[in-house]
Amino acid sequence: MSDIEIKDNPDIKSELQTPPEPGYSEWRKDENTLYNDGLPEEEKDWFCDARPQKARKSVQVIENFLNWARSQSLWILAFGTGCGAIELRPLVTSRYDISRLGMQPRPTPRQANLIMIGGYVSIKTLKRIVRSYEQMQGPKFVVAVCSCAINGGMYWDSYNTVKRIDEYIPVDVYVTGCMPRPEAVLAGFNKLKELIKAGKAEGQNLYIERFDWYKENQKKVIKDWNMPDYNW
Amino acid sequence: MNLAYKIFWAFISLGVVTVWGLTLNGIVHKIFARVQGRLGPPVWQPFLDIIKNNSIRTAISHGVMFYLGPVFRIAGGIGTYMFIPVLFGSVYFSNFSMSGDVLLVMYFIFFGQLGMALGAGEGGHPYSAIAVSRGLAQMTAFEVPFALSVISLALQYKTLSITEIVAAQQGSFLNWTLFTNPLAVIAAMIAMLGMNMYNPFSLVIAPQEIPIGPPTEYQASFLGLLATNRGIFGGAKLVLFMNLYFGGATNLVELIVKTFWIYMLSVFVGAAYPRFRTEDSIRFFLKYPTALGIISVLLFSL
Repeated sequence: MSDIEIKDNPDIKSELQTPPEPGYSEWRKDENTLYNDGLPEEEKDWFCDARPQKARKSVQVIENFLNWARSQSLWILAFGTGCGAIELRPLVTSRYDISRLGMQPRPTPRQANLIMIGGYVSIKTLKRIVRSYEQMQGPKFVVAVCSCAINGGMYWDSYNTVKRIDEYIPVDVYVTGCMPRPEAVLAGFNKLKELIKAGKAEGQNLYIERFDWYKENQKKVIKDWNMPDYNW
Repeated sequence: MNLAYKIFWAFISLGVVTVWGLTLNGIVHKIFARVQGRLGPPVWQPFLDIIKNNSIRTAISHGVMFYLGPVFRIAGGIGTYMFIPVLFGSVYFSNFSMSGDVLLVMYFIFFGQLGMALGAGEGGHPYSAIAVSRGLAQMTAFEVPFALSVISLALQYKTLSITEIVAAQQGSFLNWTLFTNPLAVIAAMIAMLGMNMYNPFSLVIAPQEIPIGPPTEYQASFLGLLATNRGIFGGAKLVLFMNLYFGGATNLVELIVKTFWIYMLSVFVGAAYPRFRTEDSIRFFLKYPTALGIISVLLFSL
């Protein structure tokens, strides 16, 4: 209640009114703090509200070596949102066997470097994708498989499906097709390896740089936003 | 040899066992892949994974104990290794085996797992908690036959010092504990199947069920530390079993051959069998290997 309203209201004696003490979540707010508006008041203290910062790189020579190591040991968080997830089974089993490329599926986002979006992304799933992507530790890479993740595909006029996944998280490599064959996915992974070795796969820092833009896009479609602004 | 030289050579032997343990991991991945009809990752993949994990730019901690978990784990691994004589008769590869005996080594085997259990518990992931409870239950179970086997050895050789146990087995391969006390060796080798956590005792990391297990929340250099420890701790356990039951080694080639084949027992069993459930696994350890251990203790105490 502002001062003007207090003066105008005869029922309230303005001299007795003291301004409210700033609560825990109020006095902490600065440019490095997120508001976490989607959370109920009692849950705000449960979550970290620090704004993510850009990660520093090492010296170029060391960074080149580390990028080579990163490209040789990609751990996949397979996010099977649609039909593209079917392609993962032949990829990890004996016929195509991605483990010979140093890749392995990793069931926890904390340990994965590469999130693979396998197909159309419904709005409900997008929320989970954002959560998983933010819980991954950088440098992290995104490969989007199938036409639906690129332009909506056959779901282009669906009320419930996002059309371009790179408006919500930064995508490094797209693999087109409906559905792409495992060879195409492998070619996509090899392209990603080239990008990593060349130091061009900096999606993590891009996400931090354009954090507000990504958040705005995400919140535009996810109506029931009941999670912190950044899932640490 | 003065203390500084001892420490220097202890670190050299730690490096050797780390490289050998990680290479063994790579070989094992290759073997499992071949059994499944795949080509499998290159043998040096564990090294690449460690470099990658240590080069991750961000890391999340869930608290002090979470931070200390991997530290305790690797302290347990190094501690286990530091009190085992690696090469019999070598002044360079004997570590600090004169300062501790097999009981201290058994304590260190337990220590790392308990530290890890506390750390993983603070991570807060339900799979961590499930896997920790399973792991500690199974560890308590397989520790029974292993402890009985060590007691049997202590009765047989009248000592707890690993160096003296190795010395008593020299001369001919018929002097190995494998031939002089076969029941204790069988009990201990079954306990080792549980320690190495391959099938049928893989319920801690349990792929497709509670994938990853205790380190679910660990990432970046935490995970790099845990993976390094996998080499050190795995290698240390193999060297301990080689010393206690298979006559030890007098040179590095013998060490590599013996530890490789000791490890292969776990791998062959692991590649062939499906997984036990927790209660089945514990019942199994407390039945047959424990019975064998008790018989071998009775044989040498009567």
